Amino acid sequence: MTVTESTDVLVVGSGFGGAITAYHLAAGGARVVVLERGPWLTGPDFDHDLKFGSSSTRAFDFVIGDGMSVLGGNCVGGGSVVYFAAMPRAPRFVFERQGSIGRRMWPAVISRDTLEPWYDRVAEALPVVRQEWKDVPFSGGVFGAACDRAGRTANPVPVAVDHDKCTNCNWMMSGCRFDAKRSLLLNYLPAALAHGATIRPLHEVQHLSRTDDGGYRVHYTVVDDTDYRVVVDSGTIDAKIVILAAGAGATPVILQRSEPHLGRMPAAVGRYFSGNGERLNTAIVNEDRVRDVLGLSRPDGVPYEGYQIGKGPCVATWDRLDGSLPEYSRFSLEQLYFPPGFGTILAQVPDATGPTWFGAEKKELLRTWRSWLTVFTMSEDDNEGVFGPPPERGNATRLSQQMLARGALRYRPTPNTLRGWAESDAAVRDILERDGLSRVMPWTNEVVGAYTVHPLASCRIGDDPTTSALDDRHELRNHPGIFVTDGAAVPGALTVNPAMTIAALAERSVPGIVQAARERGVDVTYGAPAPDGGTAGRRAVLPLVDNLSRQ
Amino acid sequence: MQSVLPAADPARAMTLEAYADTILPGEKRDPDDRAVAGVSTGGGAVASGALDVLRTEEGGMGPALDTLADLLNDHATRYAGEHGLTLDPAVPPFVALAYDHRVALVGQLVAADHPEREAWVSVAMFSTIAFDAAAHLHTVDALAAGHPGLTTMGYRGPDADGLWRFPSFSYGRVLARPHPDTTPSGSPA
Repeated sequence: MTVTESTDVLVVGSGFGGAITAYHLAAGGARVVVLERGPWLTGPDFDHDLKFGSSSTRAFDFVIGDGMSVLGGNCVGGGSVVYFAAMPRAPRFVFERQGSIGRRMWPAVISRDTLEPWYDRVAEALPVVRQEWKDVPFSGGVFGAACDRAGRTANPVPVAVDHDKCTNCNWMMSGCRFDAKRSLLLNYLPAALAHGATIRPLHEVQHLSRTDDGGYRVHYTVVDDTDYRVVVDSGTIDAKIVILAAGAGATPVILQRSEPHLGRMPAAVGRYFSGNGERLNTAIVNEDRVRDVLGLSRPDGVPYEGYQIGKGPCVATWDRLDGSLPEYSRFSLEQLYFPPGFGTILAQVPDATGPTWFGAEKKELLRTWRSWLTVFTMSEDDNEGVFGPPPERGNATRLSQQMLARGALRYRPTPNTLRGWAESDAAVRDILERDGLSRVMPWTNEVVGAYTVHPLASCRIGDDPTTSALDDRHELRNHPGIFVTDGAAVPGALTVNPAMTIAALAERSVPGIVQAARERGVDVTYGAPAPDGGTAGRRAVLPLVDNLSRQ
Repeated sequence: MQSVLPAADPARAMTLEAYADTILPGEKRDPDDRAVAGVSTGGGAVASGALDVLRTEEGGMGPALDTLADLLNDHATRYAGEHGLTLDPAVPPFVALAYDHRVALVGQLVAADHPEREAWVSVAMFSTIAFDAAAHLHTVDALAAGHPGLTTMGYRGPDADGLWRFPSFSYGRVLARPHPDTTPSGSPA
């Protein structure tokens, strides 16, 4: 006879949305189980290796959709393990965006001001620090100097990186071997474990059903630790509260698959997906011009040749984050490194006479790889993404043992989105082609469609039930006791790296989840300090808790 | 760093090598090399191990490769007919195409409206990954063996313990004015 386990709170996914809520609920006294579909890796497991089967493929997913490919974490710690740890707060105007619905798409109660105390909690917990120019690698230096020469400003971005431990190895997307990146493996997750939470890796949640007592039964499969296509076990766990934080590419798929069991889903489940308006341009830097025009030279006398050196994005220009500009014309540009293994195929040859992304001219372009400088656009897209029917299992049909999969997301950029991309392309050229500094080409969208490393909004919060799946407390409409706290809950593109905002929203969601749990008989309270015991952030949010707990 | 050809079916292997060589071309491995067109100096995707990467169990392409090779040759035969080309019967049809014709045909196969597009994009992707990542080898070993792709890109190697560190990484000085509205947390306002 199969015995179904039970718990108070079942958390699906262990990235920002899962780890933060799991910590607070466990610390508050709830029994918490976290199911994570990826493996559980820690420092020594993070390989400096591009071989299939190393952490670069174990912990990372690349899901090709119809017009949009999504890159994301697939491991305990989720995106925090494989991301670049850039943690800016979203600019004020973002919260006033109307997007495709013709009225404010964020809940009325959320603005930059009201979110600020929750941002502060995250900043204390990870922690997030300002970066100085001495921390900025050569690539960020060239980008900053080029911005300055073009009459623009440029900022070192705030990051969750311990600079004393960082070796500038640029292997962040494989996980940080040196524990310099302050992923969730170093703060919220160990604190959750210390309070009794359990984390089960390689557990992929497939769907939810109801229990007789008003709770939910979570149906999962266990996948092989090498070949994620292979199912080795399955089971169920009953919970009074379910928190979905499987990522914006997976959370709506779980809900779609649950619809026959739970009843009709809100219309916005699996709609309004945003790729955060992302786009990449690669500049082929002219080394002589870096020396002669920008006056830059490395200690060894080489002007640049620094693409491989560093720690992801370090310098951004925020001049176009101007709330007075029209929507879809606002974007940030951020210098970025993208490692080999998908990091070169989409780069296009300037002035190509043949194909732009393959062929003899592409081979020649690769000879200049050390002099590449990639610039990341985060703009305002139109929430165009829609998920088709869910695959048999998981959020996508896996093609390879790890990493590569085919998903059901369809994305057709509107003229608004295309205009933002075109304006950002022009800005990158203005900065980096000035005075012959480089030649710039955007990455092609012809191969795998558009792409994002920051999937958002596929199950979003809002005030309007027709265009948002969640209320402003992150509870799924018409399905009490189910909460969504990952990037899916963010209403739309943020024009900056979204992890800080996803994390702040997750922090903000906790008092409401605690209240819902208490109403279901769970003995849990709100008020844990930061994972390391810090209390400054808690002091600032405690006066806000009552409003968030209201039903 | 030669790829391992399957003894049983050299024609299909040649066909797929010719496709990989179209994606990132290299120099001929020997004067009789027909799969590699020889339009570029230094090793390309084939010498970088494209066939090995396509055949890896991890990659998941293996079961489709024979079919893909056959399809590619069918397309080449059709293409040759459309363009009035006479193909050398001593080699598979795609291999018999000159490099520019291979490029033109691959361009058709990966075009947005081609029904087999996903498959041909996948083969292109694995060919590229062979070159830029040597995904069938440990990176440290690939670099030590002079892997053509990583070497062509100038990919720097690790410390003696196999881990990468760049102690010299920064120009170390202020290079731009910050945005005037930057908040105390270092974020945009």
